[in-house]
Amino acid sequence: MRKLLLLSLIVLVGFVFIARLFYLQVYNEDPYSLYEDNAIRKVFDYPKRGYIFDRHGRLLVANQPSYDVMFIPREVKPLDTLEFCNLLKITKEDFIKFYEKAYRYSPRLPSVFIPQLSRMEYAVLQEKIRKYEGFYIQKRSLRDYQTTIGANVLGDIGEVNNYIIENDPYYKSGDLIGKQGVELSYEEVLRGVKGIKFIQKDRFNRDIGPYKDKVYDTLPQPGKDITITIDSELQKYGELLMRHKHGGIIAIEPSSGEIISMVSAPSYNPNLLVGRQRSRNFSKLYTDTIAKPLFDRSLKAQYAPGSPFKVLSALIGLQEKVVTTEDQFTCRHGYYLGNRRLTGCHSHASPLSMNQGIAQSCNAYFVNVYRRIIDKYDKAADGMDVWSNHVKSFGLGDYLGYDLKIGNKGRIPDGAFYDKWYGKNRWSSTYNISNAIGQGEVETTPIQLANMVAAIANRGYYYTPHIIKNIEGEPIDEKYTTKNHTTIDKEHFEPVVQGMFDVYNTGTAYSLQVPGIEICGKTGTAENFMKIDGKHVQLTDHSIFVAFAPKDNPKIAIAVFVENGYWGSRFAGRIASLMIEKYIKGEVSMTSMENWILTHSLENEYAKPYSGKEFGINRQSALQVIDKITKDTVVNPTTTRTSTFNQ
Amino acid sequence: MQREYKLLNFDWITIGLFLLLVIFGWLNIMSASHNGEINSYFDMSQPYGKQSVFILFTLALIVIILALDAKFYERFASIIYVVSILSLLGLFIFGKNVNGATAWYGIGGMTLQPSEFAKFATSLAVAKYMSDLQTNMKTFRDQAKTMALIVLPAILILLQNDAGSTVVYAAFFFVFYREGLQQIYLVIVVFLIGLSILALKFNVVVASLISTLIIFGHHFFILRKRPQLIQPIVIVIACVAVSFGIKYFYNSVLQSHQKDRISLWLRLENDPVKLHEMKQTILYNLNESEKAISSGGLTGKGFLQGTRTTGKFVPEQHTDYIFSTVGEEWGFLGSALVVILFVGLLLRILFLAELQKSTFSRVYGYCVASILFIHFLINIGMVMGLIPTIGIPLPFFSYGGSGLWAYTILLFIFVKLDSNRINEW
Repeated sequence: MRKLLLLSLIVLVGFVFIARLFYLQVYNEDPYSLYEDNAIRKVFDYPKRGYIFDRHGRLLVANQPSYDVMFIPREVKPLDTLEFCNLLKITKEDFIKFYEKAYRYSPRLPSVFIPQLSRMEYAVLQEKIRKYEGFYIQKRSLRDYQTTIGANVLGDIGEVNNYIIENDPYYKSGDLIGKQGVELSYEEVLRGVKGIKFIQKDRFNRDIGPYKDKVYDTLPQPGKDITITIDSELQKYGELLMRHKHGGIIAIEPSSGEIISMVSAPSYNPNLLVGRQRSRNFSKLYTDTIAKPLFDRSLKAQYAPGSPFKVLSALIGLQEKVVTTEDQFTCRHGYYLGNRRLTGCHSHASPLSMNQGIAQSCNAYFVNVYRRIIDKYDKAADGMDVWSNHVKSFGLGDYLGYDLKIGNKGRIPDGAFYDKWYGKNRWSSTYNISNAIGQGEVETTPIQLANMVAAIANRGYYYTPHIIKNIEGEPIDEKYTTKNHTTIDKEHFEPVVQGMFDVYNTGTAYSLQVPGIEICGKTGTAENFMKIDGKHVQLTDHSIFVAFAPKDNPKIAIAVFVENGYWGSRFAGRIASLMIEKYIKGEVSMTSMENWILTHSLENEYAKPYSGKEFGINRQSALQVIDKITKDTVVNPTTTRTSTFNQ
Repeated sequence: MQREYKLLNFDWITIGLFLLLVIFGWLNIMSASHNGEINSYFDMSQPYGKQSVFILFTLALIVIILALDAKFYERFASIIYVVSILSLLGLFIFGKNVNGATAWYGIGGMTLQPSEFAKFATSLAVAKYMSDLQTNMKTFRDQAKTMALIVLPAILILLQNDAGSTVVYAAFFFVFYREGLQQIYLVIVVFLIGLSILALKFNVVVASLISTLIIFGHHFFILRKRPQLIQPIVIVIACVAVSFGIKYFYNSVLQSHQKDRISLWLRLENDPVKLHEMKQTILYNLNESEKAISSGGLTGKGFLQGTRTTGKFVPEQHTDYIFSTVGEEWGFLGSALVVILFVGLLLRILFLAELQKSTFSRVYGYCVASILFIHFLINIGMVMGLIPTIGIPLPFFSYGGSGLWAYTILLFIFVKLDSNRINEW
């Protein structure tokens, strides 16, 4: 027994030691990562972010240097906080707050202490940073916008959030990443690949040489420049026209699917989201819940398309052979089922054939066509499916697949939709005739509408809209150079195109003619409702207009949406005509039309629902006239509400 | 013929384990102490170069030890002991102060640490005394006399402010116990350790209450001696007194740095300012060594590739904290191997000690195993944060000439004694 005491102790200690080693080295430890080893200093070398050019090679976005104060919480040694805070112009409370926040994130990894110093601040600090152990300055590159337009297209870059850091090993705290627009879509192309140097430190935080003879070190690869399809002049003009209005403009080149212009109003100056003031400005934009400047109406706003949708009914009617171009329908200020008026209509000649049906935008005509399509089949649901498939072949009812990361599906109902709503076979075409005229359950986004027009302009096909024109040395995705054919045969387009041409010649856009350009268009007026204090309230109609020009070999297809603009040709039509002239001729000759747009505002209209008072809509609302907006006035559309921005 | 016969008698397993540890130790010293590039393995300006020379000396020393007659050690045990005590005494006059301890003689550029050599000298003396035919280790008189042999060098070393080396002398308890020390002493030792931890971690009241419960529980339920209450009451009073004594010892006798180590180990410190200060000082070593070990993972970063070792993040890494280098560069596999080598060596010595026919050889073997075990336990335990920081080296592994020679002499005298086993009757 006496022999066993030491023996058993030796064996016991051996086991305890091995268990402890196992706990420390195998069980307890994350796999060893060079990045987290604080004996190795990681120095990142950020490459130049790619420039962004417009379709004519005009530089839109370049770079400017910026300096971040970084720190590794655990390596911070006691310091003269007063002096340090004075240098950085922060309070001691801020200092403690930043420190603790970073410490909670990770005591071992570098965090940003103060982001994006100005050049002056950097100059002062550069001399003294050595005194503060654990702190250092990281040079990065910030965006330098050469323009004040296109915030929704260009997007912006900002610091990565913790979610991304945890899920993508490329990004480290303080790195910048594209947040919206093309900066987000083409982040990997634009950012390049940062280089990294590993340097062996000793315990006094001194560098003692490269780690393992630089085998792990990498050189930065510069980001690639990209050219986008936007015409910056047209974009600028579109944004000017949309001042004091809410809505969106999308212009597409039908022969390629390139997005020439993409206006969302109200917008903001992209320079607001650069540098240290970014977060303050961002939250101001973000919290403006009435104007919603960060909401890209051209891509995301989902509205009832209204009358432009009628041309699809005409096309489907022809394709399904339920109507000929000669068939005439009577309109008695609306469509009647027996004695019940299902939908109204305005005054125009009657009866009318397809050409005039489109030109005069007759509701009754298209309800008739729509009913014939649906009723061609024994079951309404089957007819509805056929109709729905035709509509969807124009890129409606689902994400279009363009190269910007935001959007909406829109809504195109099919048979199953109504089966679910009313019960199987318990409905007929009369239940949803509003679909014929772009009301009811149909909803689209402006870009879908523009794409639909492009498909009509091309007489039967479209290219998926895209914003990228070329990436330095790389062909663009094949997806954007492949035709998507609609289900409508080519020959059916001519009469419809003619009808849209006559919208300008004799119809609802008669007053919007542009000398020397053959434009085909279609007006639209869509009812809209809003919930105010739980009550369903009708507001002034949305003004909608779609067009393409010239009639043959079209160069531009456009959709304009002006919220609460009342009838189609009133705001949207004018803007569309001006845009078309500007794009095709390069300048605008119709100065009176331009003046009208620039001196009329809809701000009063938008304020109505928030006034808390009774208000009239449509005919009862007066137009608001303002001083002419000039191209030079730098107005932030949101400044009416949010007083100051930090430039 | 005779010569070959003799060589075969050496225990080659022990010698093999010893060589493995020394060589592996030397590689790690090289890792921990090189500055970028290694020009020569005998670069005398660097610790690893010096260690190379120490190892060569060691080999010569081994030859001499094994060449001497086995009886020499038994016969000269007393003289060696006296010389060793004198050398310890001499330190008070000629000693050189390093890191607060006056434990070195400076000879030219070299330093010698007599306390290392005192370990084997004391072992010889103890073996000699216990193996005397007139000695009976069951009697208190002989126990006390043997105890005096051990306490004398221990006190001298303590007076030189080298508490770490003093603790090593506790190893002799195992020898005493093996040679017939009464069971009750083992109980007392275990009780004392338990009481110390309780009294410091909680307080005297808790320590007293728990010891009272155990003693009375033992008295009533195991011994079932109801009427005699005086004995347990006396023991309880003794326990309470000892608890107070420990508290007093901790608060008033221990130096502040020693106190801090214990308070860290028992997690006694709550004052954040004090804790922060500790983090910068003693805890720093421990943290860095644990981090270095953890970062090694399963297979380690490879020889000379440890980032924390290369960056010299662990102070004293080539001496007391050498094991953290093993942990970082050789990983779990390498460090577990070192533990296994040590356990193997210790068990081998124990096994051989039990085989000895002469009491002298057996007791001496036990001394060797116990001393090496205490070093192994304290050093590796400390580096991994299991035991309060006590600065003693890892035998055969840590940098240092005195240590290496002293442990080699300690071990090889036993190898020599063991080889002579068949000649004993």
